Amino acid sequence: MDVDERGAARPEDLGFGEEAALLKRTARRLLERRLPTDALHRMVASTIDPIRACVWDRALWDEVVELGWTAVGVPEEREGFGMPLSAVVGLVEEVGRACLPAPLVATACATYVLRACEAAAAGELLERIAAGAAASLALCDRRGSWAPGDTEVEARVDGDRVTLRGRAYFVQDAQKAAALVVKARAPEGVGLFVVDVDAAGVRVHPDAILDLTRDQAQVEFDGVELPRESCVAAAPGEGARALRAAEPAILVLIAADMVGAAEWQLQTTAEYARTRVQFDRPLGFFQAVKHPLVDMMTMIDEARSLVYDAAWAFDHAPAEAEACARAAKSSASDAASYCSGRSVQLHGGIGFTWESFVHLYFKRQKHNEALFGDGVYQRERLAELWIGPLGGDVDPARIAAR
Amino acid sequence: MDGSTLPREPAGSPGDSGEQAAFRARCRAWLTANRPAKPGFELPLGPIEIATTEQLEHLRAWQRAAYDAGLVGCDYPRSCGGRGLVDCQRVANEELAAASVPFLPNIVGLGMAGPAIFHHGTEAQRRRFLPGILSADEIWCQGFSEPGAGSDLANVQTSAERHGGRWIIRGHKVWTSLAQFADWMILLCRTDRGHKYRGLSYFIVPIAAATGRGVEIRPLIKMTGGTGFNEVLFDGLEVDDDALLGGVGEGWGVAMTTLLHERGAGSLVTPSTGGGIGGDPAETLGPSGLVDLARASSRYGRSAAEEPVLRDRIVRLMIRERGLAATKRRAGHGALQDHPDRLQLQSKLLLSELLQDAARVACEIQGVTSTLHRADASAPAGGRWPLAYLNSYGFTIAAGTNEIQRNILGERVLGLAKSK
Repeated sequence: MDVDERGAARPEDLGFGEEAALLKRTARRLLERRLPTDALHRMVASTIDPIRACVWDRALWDEVVELGWTAVGVPEEREGFGMPLSAVVGLVEEVGRACLPAPLVATACATYVLRACEAAAAGELLERIAAGAAASLALCDRRGSWAPGDTEVEARVDGDRVTLRGRAYFVQDAQKAAALVVKARAPEGVGLFVVDVDAAGVRVHPDAILDLTRDQAQVEFDGVELPRESCVAAAPGEGARALRAAEPAILVLIAADMVGAAEWQLQTTAEYARTRVQFDRPLGFFQAVKHPLVDMMTMIDEARSLVYDAAWAFDHAPAEAEACARAAKSSASDAASYCSGRSVQLHGGIGFTWESFVHLYFKRQKHNEALFGDGVYQRERLAELWIGPLGGDVDPARIAAR
Repeated sequence: MDGSTLPREPAGSPGDSGEQAAFRARCRAWLTANRPAKPGFELPLGPIEIATTEQLEHLRAWQRAAYDAGLVGCDYPRSCGGRGLVDCQRVANEELAAASVPFLPNIVGLGMAGPAIFHHGTEAQRRRFLPGILSADEIWCQGFSEPGAGSDLANVQTSAERHGGRWIIRGHKVWTSLAQFADWMILLCRTDRGHKYRGLSYFIVPIAAATGRGVEIRPLIKMTGGTGFNEVLFDGLEVDDDALLGGVGEGWGVAMTTLLHERGAGSLVTPSTGGGIGGDPAETLGPSGLVDLARASSRYGRSAAEEPVLRDRIVRLMIRERGLAATKRRAGHGALQDHPDRLQLQSKLLLSELLQDAARVACEIQGVTSTLHRADASAPAGGRWPLAYLNSYGFTIAAGTNEIQRNILGERVLGLAKSK
């Protein structure tokens, strides 16, 4: 698999142009100023009670909405900026680096599913997102499957009304979202429906989760009545097609959040190793500390390169998008896992405390790792693409070619 | 996974300048017409594996042809044997790698001696040595490591003493690849025992011409059983002042320029074909070869391609391989980097470990047949993977062990305290 030889040619800037670079720089400056890590800790770690209220900075969210962050990936004809996925990825890297407790990544993931739907209601929600509405995806069943055919929500169609019944699981930032894209089984197959969170019959049951920088919930649909137009992917196979088309973008966005957070873990731990003195020397003198820090760096760089490569492929080389995105999510999950472990270990005793900041990132990373499939899961899928299905017959054409 | 049957992308790459685009088209046309034929004997795995004169001469003729066509050393000034182009070696390297042609044999000359001479040499030294380096008319080797100076390179004890207006060199160098074929050596010597770093000076000395007259070359046998590197003993070799590269006591700085280029982080792009043996994709030693190997391998009676743990390992390696390619592209884009040396300084570390891990997994894929030496006719895949695994330790040790590479990255990029 010679990527350079077989894959489409990547442009020099990987599709990450001047505007994208400016957006990323602005985002870093704003978040460093508005959400220094000690302020983040005061906000989200004020209680150790795992059954806690959803805490986030509404004012900061209003500010980033004002700057148009939710509009970056929305097409221009839907009042967005229509920037490439690599630009959204650059922004999300900064969001991860700041560990921002806000529904930006969830909204961006929903954006790419809506972009893959043709119906008018999808476009209307995109316009609301561009104007600052937060949205999220309700796609997962209780077994943790995001597969296009799996859902525990039923859609009953009656004339021009649709009624949703059932539950969606592991819905990200459900308490912050204004609207959900819900996967439900209709008579003609799995469809996607746009549902306002404050609609009658929608009940959000928050999960108790480890990550302090987001919320997650089961969302119950107890006879939620919708106009038929709220079905944004209706024709047989349409829902699955839209989800498959959007999945690479979702994987890349989560991977970008992890890469940004991992870079914070690296820089923060390196700073500690430069300043903390033991045995009359800074910790970083010792190779047992220095070398794992370097390994954190090389893993981040691999993941980061693959994330931007996959973002480019999503926009320009659709045939490669899935493999590139799975590679990026696998690499980012490995990097996030390693960086999280080392960030706590290399801080020693203080890193194990609640008062330290490293656990905020540790928990966000572990959460991100699991979303939409961890590294092991992505590699299983890639093995099917690159090696062939397990238990499959050997392709006779391949033998002939050898 | 046979990429060679797919059409190549059209000439031109979106980031090319006008000069680069025209140059790329010339490279591609020349490579299409002048691909070297496969010789009737086995080619070595890499430049430091060259074992016979027959192999060397075949590869020397290839480098010479690529040089004459302008693909080697094109960024050097014309006075030094180059073409005076701007940032075109990178383009030539991309085209050479895509064409899957053999490697260039004069690796120490191209990657180490050349940049050192260009940056620190006199105009006379540049004009004298650079053309022969680029054309492979003169083969080079490197005299840095010693029995007591490996990772701690500045502990070099080989001495150059001033005597009657000349320098008399005595000492013992080890791990000297290509010494048996080399005309010249870049040599780090101690000229002052009072200062560890400032006591070092850097020389260019004749090796072939001085063999038997103050220089003795003895082959060392690697753990693979193969030759390829040597120890070189100096017992009173005499050279003049013009053998000095840089001033007396400036050797450490010249050595750092040399090592920076050896590790791929220097200012000059080293002419390179990407390291292929030449032409046959089945001979690749990277992760890309593992899928076909797994499909073809029966492991303890079952297809290796059906073993979930191995599938995971193979895919992980392929992701790392793709990551290296993606990083190479990202390294060209300033807006996606935080530190100028961060990506380049990782390349030797990551590539050598990737190849090592790929070879190790290849042995796992083969199961019990990985016990067979390539000399055994029944060894699968020509028996190349087990030997490649043994040989891979050369790359994780050479050019500064990977432990030293991690020190350099930690100190230069992360600003950690020096470990010494």
